[in-house]
Amino acid sequence: MIEVKNIYKKFDDFYVLNDLSLVLDKGKCNVIIGESGSGKTVLMKSIVGLMSTDKGEIWYNDRNFTAMERKERQDLRKEMGMLFQGAALFDSLTIGENVMFPLNMFTDDPFEKKLERVNFCLERVGLRNVYKLMPSELSGGMKKRAAIARAISISPKYLFCDEPNSGLDPKTAIRIDNLIKEITDEYEITTVVNSHDMNSVLEIGDKVIYIYKGCKCWEGTKEEVLHTDNEALNNFVFATRMAQQIKISDS
Amino acid sequence: MIKILSSIGKYLVLLKSVFSPPEKVSIYYRQTLREMENHGLGSLGIIAIISLFVGAAITIQTNFNIENPWLPRYIIGVTVRDSLLLEFSSTMVGLVIAGKSGSSIASEIGMMRVTEQIDALEVMGISSPTYLILPKLIALIVFMPILCALSAAVGIIGGYAVCAIGDIVPVSDYVYGIQYAFYPYYLAYAMVKAAFYGFIISTVAGYFGFYVEGGAVQVGRSSTRAVVMSSILILMANLLLTNLILH
Repeated sequence: MIEVKNIYKKFDDFYVLNDLSLVLDKGKCNVIIGESGSGKTVLMKSIVGLMSTDKGEIWYNDRNFTAMERKERQDLRKEMGMLFQGAALFDSLTIGENVMFPLNMFTDDPFEKKLERVNFCLERVGLRNVYKLMPSELSGGMKKRAAIARAISISPKYLFCDEPNSGLDPKTAIRIDNLIKEITDEYEITTVVNSHDMNSVLEIGDKVIYIYKGCKCWEGTKEEVLHTDNEALNNFVFATRMAQQIKISDS
Repeated sequence: MIKILSSIGKYLVLLKSVFSPPEKVSIYYRQTLREMENHGLGSLGIIAIISLFVGAAITIQTNFNIENPWLPRYIIGVTVRDSLLLEFSSTMVGLVIAGKSGSSIASEIGMMRVTEQIDALEVMGISSPTYLILPKLIALIVFMPILCALSAAVGIIGGYAVCAIGDIVPVSDYVYGIQYAFYPYYLAYAMVKAAFYGFIISTVAGYFGFYVEGGAVQVGRSSTRAVVMSSILILMANLLLTNLILH
């Protein structure tokens, strides 16, 4: 479980996160939704420690992440995997070397064992015969899958995905969503997904949190998200013409 | 003024992070060898070509400026050797490597920053300044003195070639001159300066790459600024080290 307690973050005089508190459930797919600029990415970067908060605390079970020294943070981060918007694969390494990178850094296993693990992770995300390819030779969806393979190679306890569907066609996006959901359930990982794609929310969101102007505005399940009377959330969820028509036909 | 102080502060903080203990020594060792290949071995050609022509030019200019018939001809060899050792080889290698490797380091790290690869390293629990800058720092500190010595040697050969081909000074006088009153200390002095320049190039270029914000345009700009700042600092360090070591 990850607990965010009353965090504040401001840039110049503008509060991007304003007294934000939330709980991210263990072993579930927690989806954070919100408009662009609502503070989702800042929140995720604060949770993983890429950005410091001005005030407040972040707890990983009984460990206060905000009070940790650099070394302690580094140790905790070995339990994390992250999928970035642009995949963030190391472009000087092949796909296989990318997936093997965390294993090389943090294990003393022989090469054969690491190779076996890399092949398993690549197979798990549906990538075959890509070991020797460079990231530039892969499509957007394949890069994301390779990044997921890298993230799960050291069996993390926490998986963070920052807008995993951005720039992908709907079919590939669903594939990535399903993969994230399957991995979460299979390995009981605490997954946090940032998204403004409602398809994604309805596909994988065990718990949905709506962020509005730097504050938590709503929290519930994917079933509840379509039937809430929260005005701000409704404006967000039913912003598209297609969603509005579905709502009208439903009612 | 505040901006300059803030930049110096950020540079020192980054420098402290660079020297945090590596996660796995064997990985850093391999990475350092790779950087030596990139920035050291990869620069041998350009350093040799530049030094050859500079050595030849110094020989011609020295001959042109020494008109007094009472001065022995071998003094040209002495002057070429000492000019190369005391000033030209180390500073020239420093400026050439600042342009070649400095821009490469700043743009490589800068691109990693804007494509979130540095964030990916951090989230994995890896100290990104150590992983990205330390191997380059060690590679340049080790290789710059080697490049400097090579530069001096090739420069002297350039002078020899001019003497042999151009009939400027008798070759025997030139060879006698480059051996005359040789102080090995000069070579040590040049190599110490070169190692110091290696430190400046790797850390300053690393700093400009590490803190880049924005996209491809900013990466290009920061790469240019890295070269300019490294060159200025090399020239300032040259003055300071010369004053400290030779006085």
